[in-house]
Amino acid sequence: MREVAAEFANPVMLYSIGKDSSVMLHLAMKAFYPSLPPFPLLHVDTTWKFREMISFRDATAKRLGLKLLVHVNQDGLARGINPFDSGSAMHTQVMKTEALKQALDKYGFDAAFGGARRDEEKSRAKERIFSFRSTAHAWDPKNQRPELWRVYNTRINKGESIRVFPLSNWTELDIWQYILAESIPIVPLYFAKKRPVVERDGTLIMVDDDRMKLRDGEKVEERLVRFRTLGCYPLTGAIESAADTLEAIVTEMFTARTSERQGRLIDSDEKASMEKKKREGYF
Amino acid sequence: MAPPDLKSFLAAQEKKSLLRFLTCGSVDDGKSTLIGRLLYDSKLLFEDTLSALERDSKQHGTTGDDIDFALLVDGLEAEREQGITIDVAYRYFATNKRKFIVADTPGHEQYTRNMATGASNSELAVILIDARKGVLTQTRRHAYIVSLLGIRHIVLAVNKIDLVGYSQETFDRIAAEFSEFAAHLGFLSRVAIPISARFGDNVIAKSANTPWYGGPPLLSFLETVDVEAQVADKPFRMPVQWVNRPNLDFRGFSGTIVGGRVKPGDKVAVAKSGRTSTIKRIVTMDGDLKEAATGEAVTLTLADEVDISRGDILCPATARPEVSDQFAAHLLWMAEEELLPGRQYLLKLSTSTVPAQITTLKHKIDVNTLDQLAAKTLRLNEIGYANFSLAQPLAFDSYRDNRDMGGFILIDRFTNATVGAGMIDFGLRRATNVHWQAIDVDKSARSALKHQKPAVLWFTGLSGSGKSTVANLVEAALHADGRHTYILDGDNVRHGLNRDLGFTDADRVENIRRVGEAAKLFVDAGLIVLVSFISPFRSERRMARELVGEGEFVEIFVDAPLEVCMARDPKGLYQKAKAGTIKNFTGIDSPYEPPEHAELVLHTGKGEPSAHAATILAYLKDHRYIA
Repeated sequence: MREVAAEFANPVMLYSIGKDSSVMLHLAMKAFYPSLPPFPLLHVDTTWKFREMISFRDATAKRLGLKLLVHVNQDGLARGINPFDSGSAMHTQVMKTEALKQALDKYGFDAAFGGARRDEEKSRAKERIFSFRSTAHAWDPKNQRPELWRVYNTRINKGESIRVFPLSNWTELDIWQYILAESIPIVPLYFAKKRPVVERDGTLIMVDDDRMKLRDGEKVEERLVRFRTLGCYPLTGAIESAADTLEAIVTEMFTARTSERQGRLIDSDEKASMEKKKREGYF
Repeated sequence: MAPPDLKSFLAAQEKKSLLRFLTCGSVDDGKSTLIGRLLYDSKLLFEDTLSALERDSKQHGTTGDDIDFALLVDGLEAEREQGITIDVAYRYFATNKRKFIVADTPGHEQYTRNMATGASNSELAVILIDARKGVLTQTRRHAYIVSLLGIRHIVLAVNKIDLVGYSQETFDRIAAEFSEFAAHLGFLSRVAIPISARFGDNVIAKSANTPWYGGPPLLSFLETVDVEAQVADKPFRMPVQWVNRPNLDFRGFSGTIVGGRVKPGDKVAVAKSGRTSTIKRIVTMDGDLKEAATGEAVTLTLADEVDISRGDILCPATARPEVSDQFAAHLLWMAEEELLPGRQYLLKLSTSTVPAQITTLKHKIDVNTLDQLAAKTLRLNEIGYANFSLAQPLAFDSYRDNRDMGGFILIDRFTNATVGAGMIDFGLRRATNVHWQAIDVDKSARSALKHQKPAVLWFTGLSGSGKSTVANLVEAALHADGRHTYILDGDNVRHGLNRDLGFTDADRVENIRRVGEAAKLFVDAGLIVLVSFISPFRSERRMARELVGEGEFVEIFVDAPLEVCMARDPKGLYQKAKAGTIKNFTGIDSPYEPPEHAELVLHTGKGEPSAHAATILAYLKDHRYIA
């Protein structure tokens, strides 16, 4: 992180409010202490995030005294893009990928930190820690810069940028253990609680506001659930769990039999979907 | 709520050491299958990953109805379709004893650089070979590269042992052949294990099919091998990444410790400047530390005000790294475009980036025989041994002693691509002993005498574009005006100073380097130097520009269309080039890279030469080169 702060003119930290972002932000606070991290946070808001995420986001930026930028794709909003009617692929493309590119262009950021980890998904396993993006924000997986030792090539031309993944070598279990060891604040949605959910296509979706329309035969139930991963609420599956403390979550984790992205509906859209999204500029 | 074993689980996690290893081998030797097998058999696959795998196996799999483990790790669409691994994929797994990070690296020859990437951060290498094929060229190459990158522990996994009927004879023969080759590569441990990644023999558990094999299965070996590099016992090294100045009262130096340990009260030096001080505090967000060791990212404060910036190395006053602007190093070339000795590249070593060039390419290495061959250049995936010269001195250790202090990358100045990876062998003493001779009469004194500002007027353009014609007119005018000038003309210089050079890319680079240096001496003498050279490459023109001071280089693009130049053909060269009697002729079968930011562009396809000369003279007046 210090490498980026020292070598780039205008870096930014992508802050998605999830547990990985929380860890990344905590590391940034440590890396620059006693200074504050010399870059702002950027949240790309699809307007479909859980309400508790948004309040946590604002509270966090205030608590740490950091500058927070929020970007919404107004064009997409005007076109009425939403996860229910437009489909998850379209929603993600317009409200996340396009929105992110807009924000990076608007502020002219030349480096952006992301909390992605290589253990999450196959194409992410090949991502560099310093990952080059063209002026169109595209990723070319076959033409990546070799990355040796801890020597990172930070050279870019005007308009090009670098995505930086400081948590590349962390696993999901590492993240939880670290949150536990360092008492890092996270969104309460990670802890089990009675929440109103609907079972749809085998996934438990939390009804976070009245924009969610019920289909025939669906009914809202109060169930004891928590989330392993957070995104847009209509696209994020909850798991039934009684783990309401960090200790309980870690215990649940080391006996877990499914991967965390299982709860992400956007990944199963089409095969190799993550690689495709990344080439288009998704994180 | 937490069950009683959480504490013991966490405690066990804490104690686990981390082993980073890479797997390499030829295409189809089964690397990906082996890693998939390790993940599967150590029960580390999630259920949804497993069901996706079963689905994919039916679609792309090459193993019939069985699960194709390779599909677990071959991440990118293209390689799934071709059935080969084309990039480094990192995998993470843990057993009760250790955590592992596996770099799965490509086997295909054109991806050898990716293998080096995986090796640069690993402590151990698992080299796979197909029991049916034995030791191949690739196997030798891989063993050599991992040894070059400082890996001291190697496992030879003789895979597909099931396909040779679990034959001890075959295994022994392969192990012996490999052993003979690898014995000279400086490995501390070297073992061979007969395995079948597809069926799991000797991967997790000892196999009943190989009763003749007395060693441990692969995973047990990986869990127990001792790879503790002794970096912690080496001298303290911390490259400064970032100067931490939240306010006027605090000035700290942030960086990751790459060697040894440090504590408050230690006497330290700044390697390059030689200034010394004492460590005051080791600052972290969780409070000051009493001691910090290799691998920790810390912020140090010193007892004295010492001038330190990014790129400086903090070290013990008594055990300093070498400081030099010349060193000898091994170089692995990683770009499609071949190495040009003499061209300037950017060299990044820890936190410093400086312009550098290869002064002598001593030899390249035949990876099959380890023979040293004479070489003028290095191509993609070739390894050479060369002397480097840097624009500024750097502090470094040999790669053997400290990977972080001796490993560097080379960056192309135009594409910004990482084109090479180097490992420093030793500093060249002559750099430390050849000092600049200070001279009393300097450049400004000499040029003041002539009432002019010294400069290089660099004319670049195709043959026949009119460079020499315009340059001659400009010199004549300046001379008539009482200015002190000199012309370096491409053709003329090739009769003397550069008589030994031809027209290959490498020779063109050296041609321009010498001319640039000669022009620099004339500028130092206070002259206005007119250089008239085709000089087709941007990098070399930039190199010439950087040899002289800011504002002393005027690049003049003499821009005439190729058809016009060919029609003029003053020396009949285009005729010959088209006939094929001259090779590498710029514009015909060798490229010309037009300047992007020339100070002046002359469109010499039309207009009188004297008008173009007048444009240049006006420019010189406007910019006060001449009064």
